[in-house]
Amino acid sequence: MPSLKDLKNRISSVKSTRKITSAMKMVAGSKLRRAQEKAESARPYAARMARMLSSLATSLAESEAEVPRLISGTGKEENVLVIVVTADRGLCGAFNSNAVREARRLIRQHEADGKTVSLICVGRKGRDLLRKDHASKILFALENVGRKGGVTFEEADNLNGKILAMYDEGKFDICEVVYNRFKSVISQVVTVKQLVPFTVEKDPNLPKNVKPEPIIGLEFEPDRKSILEALLPRALSVAIYGALLESMAGSQAAQMTAMDNATRNAGEMINKLTLNYNRSRQAAITKELIEIISGAEAV
Amino acid sequence: MAETFTFELVSPEKLLFSKSVAMATAPGTKGEYGVLAGHAPMITEIKPGVIRIYENEDTVVTAKLFVTGGFAEVSQNRFTILAAEATPVSELDVNALQARYKEIAQKIADALTDEEREPLWAEQELVMAKLLATA
Repeated sequence: MPSLKDLKNRISSVKSTRKITSAMKMVAGSKLRRAQEKAESARPYAARMARMLSSLATSLAESEAEVPRLISGTGKEENVLVIVVTADRGLCGAFNSNAVREARRLIRQHEADGKTVSLICVGRKGRDLLRKDHASKILFALENVGRKGGVTFEEADNLNGKILAMYDEGKFDICEVVYNRFKSVISQVVTVKQLVPFTVEKDPNLPKNVKPEPIIGLEFEPDRKSILEALLPRALSVAIYGALLESMAGSQAAQMTAMDNATRNAGEMINKLTLNYNRSRQAAITKELIEIISGAEAV
Repeated sequence: MAETFTFELVSPEKLLFSKSVAMATAPGTKGEYGVLAGHAPMITEIKPGVIRIYENEDTVVTAKLFVTGGFAEVSQNRFTILAAEATPVSELDVNALQARYKEIAQKIADALTDEEREPLWAEQELVMAKLLATA
């Protein structure tokens, strides 16, 4: 049975923990709003890029020879590059471990198929977790992405530059990215997206079963091939940027939920401890009273 | 009232401009071109330069924007520019640019190999385009 003083100390320590977690929740909440706004404002570009690519691709189908390597692939499927996007910090529930678990599953699956896997980690947590069992596969890890004022397009573009350089050197045939997609504040879905070879998505405005029709008389300047070659790396950057933004918003949301739970748990614990404290106090008082009364009776 | 079409300028980070306009010009890699309503569909690459927007049929430029390159698509009475970066011309600082230009020219003169010069040349071209935009 802990003494009254012990209980008092514990109550005050849980109270200060609650203060910290509720402050962290508030901070995560405001960061989440900013991250969400950023993700929102990046959408028009991605949508228009997709539209432009789809009109390019539909007109491309007739002449297969012109397809750039980024779409057609290297013709092999031996080396797989997996980009794992996590947060730099913990205290956000299962956010990081979910992404890492999916990455591990992917690695196992690819290795079972006899492929070689290499990894790029974005975010310190992913690197720390994967370093334990896949250290030799990690090519490099990025930290502090979007630390100041959120992810910038430049950061995504830089990462993309490195990836494209590796592709040109033939270091990998397939590139996949694992990240937490921001579904809502309470749910982030781990998503695997293939970046290379690039798949052109259909115009999202078109109904599902309608095949996009090539625009008749579409002109190109300078020409279709060079536009596609210039546009594809950019589209990749946009895809990476989108993944980073989603992960960023997701991590803030996950942290907010985790801190909300922690705050609530701390509150419950304080209630329990206070009850305990009051009971022991009462018991001590009763004990003293009994002693006094029985002492008086004895006299 | 002249026929209008929707002009959109987007950068990766946000939608910068979306309005109904009478005409817009853009710096294509093969020369500057203007787009009016009903233009034939086309896709072009854009080099660093100025986009001029004419909101009415009278030839008054309502907005001048500098873009560092990107892509443009004309389709179905819509003109979309996917810019890498865009700034209003009025926000370009001539003096700072001139100083930067001299600095780069000096660095190019000091550089020993062409590999060192290459990124400098690219930047020089960009600064030059910005200077031309302010002229």
